[in-house]
Amino acid sequence: MGEQKGLTIQGNMATALGAKLSRPDVIPAYPITPSTLFPEKISEYIADGELDASMIRVESEHSAMSACIGASAVGARTCTASASQGIALMHEMLFIAAGMRLPIVMAVGNRAMSAPINIWADHQDTMASRDSGWMQFYAEKNQEGLDLMILAFRIAEDERVLLPAMVGIDGFVLTHTVEGVQAPAQEDVDEFLPPYDPPHGKLDPEEPMTFGSLGTPEYYQELKYDQTKAMDNTPEIIDEIFDEFEEKFGRNYNRITPYRCEDADIILLTMGSMTGTARAAVDEMREEGEKVGLAKLTVFRPFPSDLLKEIAGDVHGLAVVDRNISPGFGGAVFAECAGAFINEKKSPLMKNFIVGLGGREIFKKNFREMYEKTKKAVETGKVEKPVEWINMDEDVMR
Amino acid sequence: MSKVKITIAGINKKPGSSKEYKTGGWRTMKPEVDVEKCIRCLQCFDYCPDGAIKKTEDAIEFDLDYCKGCGICERECPVEAIVMKVEEK
Amino acid sequence: MMSEDEKKELLASGHRMCAGCGEGTAMRTILNEAGPNSIATVATGCLEVTTTAFPQTAWEIPLIHAAFENAASVAAGIESALKQMDKKGETNILSFAGDGGTFDIGFQALSGMFERKHNVTHICLDNEAYMNTGIQRCSSTPYGASTTTSPKGKYSIGEDRPKKPIARIASAHDIPYAATACIGYINDLKKKVNKALEADGPAFLHVFAPCPTGWRHGSSDTIELAKLAVETGVFVLWEAEDGNICDLNVTYKPKERKPVEEYLKKQRRFAHLTEEHIEKIQKEVDEKCEEYGF
Repeated sequence: MGEQKGLTIQGNMATALGAKLSRPDVIPAYPITPSTLFPEKISEYIADGELDASMIRVESEHSAMSACIGASAVGARTCTASASQGIALMHEMLFIAAGMRLPIVMAVGNRAMSAPINIWADHQDTMASRDSGWMQFYAEKNQEGLDLMILAFRIAEDERVLLPAMVGIDGFVLTHTVEGVQAPAQEDVDEFLPPYDPPHGKLDPEEPMTFGSLGTPEYYQELKYDQTKAMDNTPEIIDEIFDEFEEKFGRNYNRITPYRCEDADIILLTMGSMTGTARAAVDEMREEGEKVGLAKLTVFRPFPSDLLKEIAGDVHGLAVVDRNISPGFGGAVFAECAGAFINEKKSPLMKNFIVGLGGREIFKKNFREMYEKTKKAVETGKVEKPVEWINMDEDVMR
Repeated sequence: MSKVKITIAGINKKPGSSKEYKTGGWRTMKPEVDVEKCIRCLQCFDYCPDGAIKKTEDAIEFDLDYCKGCGICERECPVEAIVMKVEEK
Repeated sequence: MMSEDEKKELLASGHRMCAGCGEGTAMRTILNEAGPNSIATVATGCLEVTTTAFPQTAWEIPLIHAAFENAASVAAGIESALKQMDKKGETNILSFAGDGGTFDIGFQALSGMFERKHNVTHICLDNEAYMNTGIQRCSSTPYGASTTTSPKGKYSIGEDRPKKPIARIASAHDIPYAATACIGYINDLKKKVNKALEADGPAFLHVFAPCPTGWRHGSSDTIELAKLAVETGVFVLWEAEDGNICDLNVTYKPKERKPVEEYLKKQRRFAHLTEEHIEKIQKEVDEKCEEYGF
């Protein structure tokens, strides 16, 4: 195996490097903070001859995803990057990409949705697309951003999968923050990720096909079921490919990664960069004798209900930390956790904590607060407020 | 039309399969050509929206499986060789 | 150009277009001229829904329908990918959309494709309203036409805006080739299809295609109306190379222009117009034709 190269780079550079190592053919992209440095870096790679690819400087994110669809349909390996309003603008095309079973990969600089406009870290943008049929991966650190890009291509293009995938890195906290990463060697990535050859069909005058048929009521439901089944079958395939990655590159990934959960009474469930802070808080609380654990969600779609039940089935309290909000209910991850447990005889009491919206800081003391509140619920056996917002500034409230 | 099995992503690998649907059933008027008058200018062939006019060696003929009876051919024929007639069922 | 007898029918019969649909004539001509070494994108619209209902397709060439506003950007993706993978060769890349998917919702993607100089030919099938969704007005709808969102009424003449000059706007992007064409003039259309496909870079064809259902005329009137639009000067056939709109080539000048009333009175979408309205329209057509040199 070739040597991995140690680099100290920002998150956008890490995802761009992960993309570059995956040898994409076509990259249609439109800049939006905080993911702008991805297309900038890619265009630098191309300008200096380090990457043999075609970048389409499209005039909007909607056209970015449209061009991705066209390119992927003729058999090109395709990726793009966006965030927030850009993801929202291409929203209809996300459903179309998934419905056409095109293995497009998108790096997302997770950012809040307007209004009010805000460019900082938040998961609302990708959560708003959770029904689109895309797989969703979330990185805790820049290393994960780099690795998950390569993994996303490999998983998406697997002939048993053939679904598009998003890789989220938190805006500014990861996208613009410099961290040490190990970059795999090109020849090793080439071995791990063979060239893309669409097994299901492509646009080619030698063998004409029609993509994007009109699906009348006689066929639509079965076509959607077939697509959904493909997503439902991915967990095993993802696990398989994660294992292969670990064997080759020495880094472990799981759909949910438990930390100090074996004898935990209460588990904190996090996603994205906040996991690092949560882990430090968990270690501190453990020193104090608290029986607390941490579960890191890396794959949100398909939602890992199986692993969640394994890891948290026996605990008394589950604190689900959401960096997004669905007004009128609560956080998206909370809803899915609740859904995973609803028919189980044994399930933890669950509290939902809304944190870090629009780049709001999340401190170790916030995780302590979340832990204490969950502990109180467990002790009383009652969850008085299922959804609570953390680290609010009362002084600015109306 | 009987139903068929779906394909992955609804990708249709049967180009031209619309021919299985005979749109000739739509019409109420049917074209007839007087081949003696026909000068084989092929304007009717060019104009037909449905490709329901075929070239013969000396003239044209209609593909009644698909002709919807729009009457463009009758209207545009420069020598009035085509006449639309009410179709006897 | 292939000989006429060599050309294969690339829009198969059995499609669900209305009897007498102008788009049927347009598509047969364009596709047969382009030939089998072509890949097409199509925007949502009449053409798409009448030709691709699963499990049947009328297309004999590779086709992708993605959404309504992006035929041109999907085509741009195809073109870049084929070039990048060294697979483009002589393959024609065609982007089809109606007037809605070109003049209005499709405008941005089209402009972007032009500006980036993709080797794509965008063909607008213009029936002057959003026909597929039920005859709603578009910026292509001519002054005085009654549509379902600009209906004639006690206080309304119907559409009260002039038609957007889309082909001039396309040409103003300095693209190698832009032209207007009409299904009443098949040879002119064929020539323009070939010129568009041969252009080294983006090309634009604005194809006038009457709609019996939306314009409320007989199914047999389609070609006659297409010709009348040109013979009255309502629609002018021209082509411009490299953005030279000031030096465009009018490819057909009627020897003696017919009065617009002959064209308008055959369509119920104009039936409510008074003499005064028709005079106004005639005056505008006269001014326009003078600019075009006839």
